[in-house]
Amino acid sequence: MTTATLPDTHADEGGPGWVRRNRMRLAPLMFLAPGVLFFLVYVIFPVLESFQISFYRWDGLGAREFIGLENYRELSTDPAFEVSLVNNLKWLLLYLLAIPGGLFIALFLNQTVTGIRIYKSLFFFPFVISQVVVGLVFTWFYDPTFGLLNVTLEAIGLGPVNVLGDPRLATYGIIAAGLWPQIAYCMILYLTGLNAVDPEQVEAARLDGAKRWRMLWFVILPQLRPATFIAFVVTIIGALRSFDLISIMTNGGPFGSTRVLSFYMFEKALSEYGFRMGYGAAIAVVLFMIMLLFIGYFLWSMWRQERMP
Amino acid sequence: MQMTKRTAAAVVAISSAVAMPAAAQENGNGSDLSGTLTIFSDMSNPAPRAVMEDMAARFDEMHPNLDVEVTIIDREAYKTQIRNFLSADPPDVANWYAANRMRPYVDAGLFEDVSDLWDEPEIQENLASTEGALTLDGKQWGVPYTYYQWGVYYREDIYEELGLEEPQDWETLKSNCQALIDSGRKCFAIGTKFLWTAAGWFDYINLRTHGYDFHMQLTAGEIPWTDDRVRETFANWRELINMGAYIDNHQSYSWQEALPFMVNGDAAAYLMGNFAVAPMREAGLTDDQLDFYQFPAINPDVEMAEEAPTDTFHIPSGADNKEAAREFLRFVVSAENQTRINAADGLGQLPVNSAASVGDDEMLQEGFELLSSGAPGGLAQFFDRDAPAEMASVAMEGFQEFMVFPDNLDDILQRLEQARQRIY
Repeated sequence: MTTATLPDTHADEGGPGWVRRNRMRLAPLMFLAPGVLFFLVYVIFPVLESFQISFYRWDGLGAREFIGLENYRELSTDPAFEVSLVNNLKWLLLYLLAIPGGLFIALFLNQTVTGIRIYKSLFFFPFVISQVVVGLVFTWFYDPTFGLLNVTLEAIGLGPVNVLGDPRLATYGIIAAGLWPQIAYCMILYLTGLNAVDPEQVEAARLDGAKRWRMLWFVILPQLRPATFIAFVVTIIGALRSFDLISIMTNGGPFGSTRVLSFYMFEKALSEYGFRMGYGAAIAVVLFMIMLLFIGYFLWSMWRQERMP
Repeated sequence: MQMTKRTAAAVVAISSAVAMPAAAQENGNGSDLSGTLTIFSDMSNPAPRAVMEDMAARFDEMHPNLDVEVTIIDREAYKTQIRNFLSADPPDVANWYAANRMRPYVDAGLFEDVSDLWDEPEIQENLASTEGALTLDGKQWGVPYTYYQWGVYYREDIYEELGLEEPQDWETLKSNCQALIDSGRKCFAIGTKFLWTAAGWFDYINLRTHGYDFHMQLTAGEIPWTDDRVRETFANWRELINMGAYIDNHQSYSWQEALPFMVNGDAAAYLMGNFAVAPMREAGLTDDQLDFYQFPAINPDVEMAEEAPTDTFHIPSGADNKEAAREFLRFVVSAENQTRINAADGLGQLPVNSAASVGDDEMLQEGFELLSSGAPGGLAQFFDRDAPAEMASVAMEGFQEFMVFPDNLDDILQRLEQARQRIY
């Protein structure tokens, strides 16, 4: 159509003609190009480079020295690394509590009462404020001398607890702080999910005599599967990238007992005293492998779901 | 790209070293500086910031053809950013710290050798006290602009109420402490959340138990952490910990968050650098309530040594305008400028130039006295500036753990010794 108005399409044989013939294949590639480019430059290459750096001893300034698997060998005997790994597991397991927590608040709020929107937004509030603020609020809450927690404990006759100063409790204290916004996030996901629950099915179940737990377990929950899946994904990822709360609340302390892999990596490679890029990269690689496990599982189950219908 | 930049920097460094005598001569003939002088500074707190801007403005005025550009970066952020800008986009002048904290940049060839400045009699004679702190591998890599004393800041009114004297020896320090504890107070406020405050205590007890040379050997990695002398230091420290001398839960507080304990009178003293005085005064402590004493002797045979962390200016080896940068360093350390910037209404610290005069302030005067005549043993920088960064971070974590669980000492020392063998 338009080609007829172009005067010299035949002047340059292989060029525009080839473009025109392969238009259908080229257009998507062209649209993909910027995204792919940035993904390569900012995600893929840095990942590969981290792998590479983890085989070197490098202070980030001078020359690199190839040391093979030495960094990984050191990791295997490093007690601080072990602590970080165990803490990561604690985060993963306990953070999952956000899913049932969010579900029950969502069920509770899923009713038509005057002003329910206000209650919903109040419950959602912790997710809106920054993690740094959440960390600060909880630090004050836990403060061993002036904090609300200890004032309350004292009032009912229990001794003071220094949650963030006790190496046995500190990690749990931080996870509790992290759960507050995470529960709100899961709640919102479930609230949207509940909107999509088919009222006819609920009605039918009710006629068949399903009530309470059986209703929830056999009728509502199966319909909430997509919401549960997303809640699971964001919670796992949230647990693995926990960093800001630790940095604000304990700075990894007391004596390194609240470190997780991402924080330990930062400390070793990028903090004030960190000049071990290679070692930091090795930690990052381990963290990447753990994430890969979950990401692989998510991709696989998404692919399976898309194929199923 | 990084490679070429570095090679270029090396070429510049060599050629400028060759060209230097000629340039200096030209300068002597009265030709003025021109171009731009870029300064990256970490003096981001309000008072230091005003001082830095004032210095730049005055230097700018002195050299009409020179354009001085100052970029002030947050003090904490600066510690990590310096690594990037020194190699990627070096300014002409940059702030940093003395002693081993310079080591990574000196080893990577990112700081310019300024030994020529230190050969000038003006600097050589007046800055002698800090020359050692700026020297690595027999060369000088920058100039100091300020330093400050450490010591025990205490509540004079509480001491008077209980009839206590400033302690001159370890026994008195402990008996004072016992009297304070019996009166329902703690002896010392401290916040160890960010670890380095615990290193202050370790340093002082170690300096008083074994002296300056031992401190330097230990931080240089020449002495194993499992050595009996190190254990002696910890044993002395433990006496205080077992008495309950320190405030509870110090591992949860930063040093600022621990200040209220001292201000409210729940703790009677604070081992700190002189920078703690300003917030204490702001919190309402008057000069009648606040006083200062030197950390007392533990082993009377050991010469008294003090901590005096020194802050510095350096010329990155990749700087464009090194001639102006050198002139700026001369300007910074000059007696007149030193008097002005360290005055009580400026940094409120001690001038490094011996010809400068000390600010009109009780603590500054006492601190100057302390460092110039009270420390025959020597001036240490601070644990995390004398020891390599990595050793410092592992060790300071151990100090904090020791303060909370002194029974873990064997385990801690074992860990530090492993780290020492790997790092040095």
